[in-house]
Amino acid sequence: MGKVAIKANALIKWFGEGETKTTAVKSASFEANFGELLYIVGPSGSGKTTLLSMISGILKPNEGNVLVEGKDIWKMKSDDIADLRLHKIGFVFQDYHLFPRLTTVENVAIPLILKKMDWNEAIKVAMEYLDIVGLKDRAQLPPVKLSGGEQQRVAIARAIAGKPDILIFDEPTASLDGDTGKKIVEFIKTKILNPDRCVIIVTHDSRIYEFADSIMKMEDGKITAFERNTLQYV
Amino acid sequence: MSGILKIALKLLVNDRSKFIALLVGITFAVFLMIMMMSMFSGILSRSSASVYNIGAKIWVMDPAVNNATSSIPMPDYVLSKTRSIDGVKYAVPIYFGNALVKLKSGAYQAVSVVGLDDATLYGRPELIEGKIEDIYAESAFFVVKDAEFKKLENPVIGTEFEINDHRGLVVGLAKVASGGLFGIPTVYTTYNRAITYIPSMRFTTSYVLIEPKSEADIPFIQQQVKKLGYQALTRDQFVGKISDFYTYQTGMGMNVLMMTAISFIVGLSISGQTFYTFILENMERFGALKAIGAKGHELIAMILFQASFTALLGYGIGVGLASGLMILAKLRLPSYAAQVTYFNLTFAFVMVLIMAGVSSYIGIRKVLQIQPFDIFRG
Repeated sequence: MGKVAIKANALIKWFGEGETKTTAVKSASFEANFGELLYIVGPSGSGKTTLLSMISGILKPNEGNVLVEGKDIWKMKSDDIADLRLHKIGFVFQDYHLFPRLTTVENVAIPLILKKMDWNEAIKVAMEYLDIVGLKDRAQLPPVKLSGGEQQRVAIARAIAGKPDILIFDEPTASLDGDTGKKIVEFIKTKILNPDRCVIIVTHDSRIYEFADSIMKMEDGKITAFERNTLQYV
Repeated sequence: MSGILKIALKLLVNDRSKFIALLVGITFAVFLMIMMMSMFSGILSRSSASVYNIGAKIWVMDPAVNNATSSIPMPDYVLSKTRSIDGVKYAVPIYFGNALVKLKSGAYQAVSVVGLDDATLYGRPELIEGKIEDIYAESAFFVVKDAEFKKLENPVIGTEFEINDHRGLVVGLAKVASGGLFGIPTVYTTYNRAITYIPSMRFTTSYVLIEPKSEADIPFIQQQVKKLGYQALTRDQFVGKISDFYTYQTGMGMNVLMMTAISFIVGLSISGQTFYTFILENMERFGALKAIGAKGHELIAMILFQASFTALLGYGIGVGLASGLMILAKLRLPSYAAQVTYFNLTFAFVMVLIMAGVSSYIGIRKVLQIQPFDIFRG
């Protein structure tokens, strides 16, 4: 296993105040390493997405800290956290959140454009990533013309185009059929994951557990199990 | 153009229905504002046509006069007294009046008559046909060849008409800088012929026109004329007085102001509402951009760019449409009083910037509120 990519220490997050106060994550601590495909699993409402948001610099924890490649991200300024997300972390959202008014290749180019890459150069690089996910021939179509699996791959291409060290997937197979879901995760495992990259997947789809290097189980805001050998866990 | 702005442009332009609705709203508002203000500018400019056409530096008048064509005749001593004021190079009387002329066809036509000082012909128009000295011939008149000229049945030199049972003879055709407001032709003759031909009150001098020895003498001349109980105004002051009259004392200014305000409100409502809807529909995209790593100022730049681009395009189309309509109207109706001024353009531009600013403000507030976490939660 490689170096530590993300280290979460005693993360606590609650929402609301007084009688409406709900604690979504209760003192969660774990490590994710480079070269590792980590699953965060658990039922709906168990705090998976909240935990994911805290470790990726999107939601500030009430207590605890997050070290990304050794840096405490929640001690950074908001613009620096945005920079960290742009340069170090790639996201694949559950609903993909592709831009319907842009072409597929323009969607993939977004992180590159945010990194101030020249438009034409960004499109050229994005085209290479579309090739990696096998959608080069769909480059000029709007995302709405693509199937669910293809949109998922576009979202993956967009996430990896910025060459992030950490990739985060939120329910990547939730809206895909079983076969397509398996193919997508297999693709992630074989093509996207590498020794210099950490991939974290939030899911409750047990059909794809077989691809995980590690599985962290959450229930009611707590980490209830952490196995670094998926086969044993399953 | 930076990449982030190009994304903003594509998000805006590719959403055709919203983009067109935004453009229509702003274009419509600009079109209405420019049209209303240009018509008013045209009216104000035409209302001061005589002042511009005569070109005198100082006009002496009864203080109650509020526009050039409604003069209040002054006694003769005003002329002699003004001539004796220090700093006056020369002073001449001028007559402004209206009369009915009977044309060759037998039809009657109202005309505006300007009677020029017999000795100097001060304030005479530029002749395009005929000789200036012919004005001294019997019954001689110059006719101004402007948009109203054809109402006199397109007279030529030698055409005769009747004016108040007197014979009138066209001895020259003239041109002036600006046509009048009331759509009637203008004829020029000598002062004495004018007061002879046209029934007058006891006093006949409409205005005394003064040429000062120098600009520095003007305040003193004004002071001395005031002591006589009359008012001496420079050309710009007289134009200003006429404009004030039409703006504040006829209700015309208030009507135009209200129409302009309504146009602005309509434009602001349409563009503001549509832009707000556009932002709402793109909310999750802005949230996704934020999650990916876009900074707040980049999102603000995107929204400002989208609002400004639409506003400037709408402004350009609105100004173009208004100008085009005015050109068409002038082709059909040469006396159509509307003119696009720099003030009108600047005013409409500022209004459009306010529309863009308000729309942007609403959008920016909304976009800055969205948290990337909301995107994760779906």
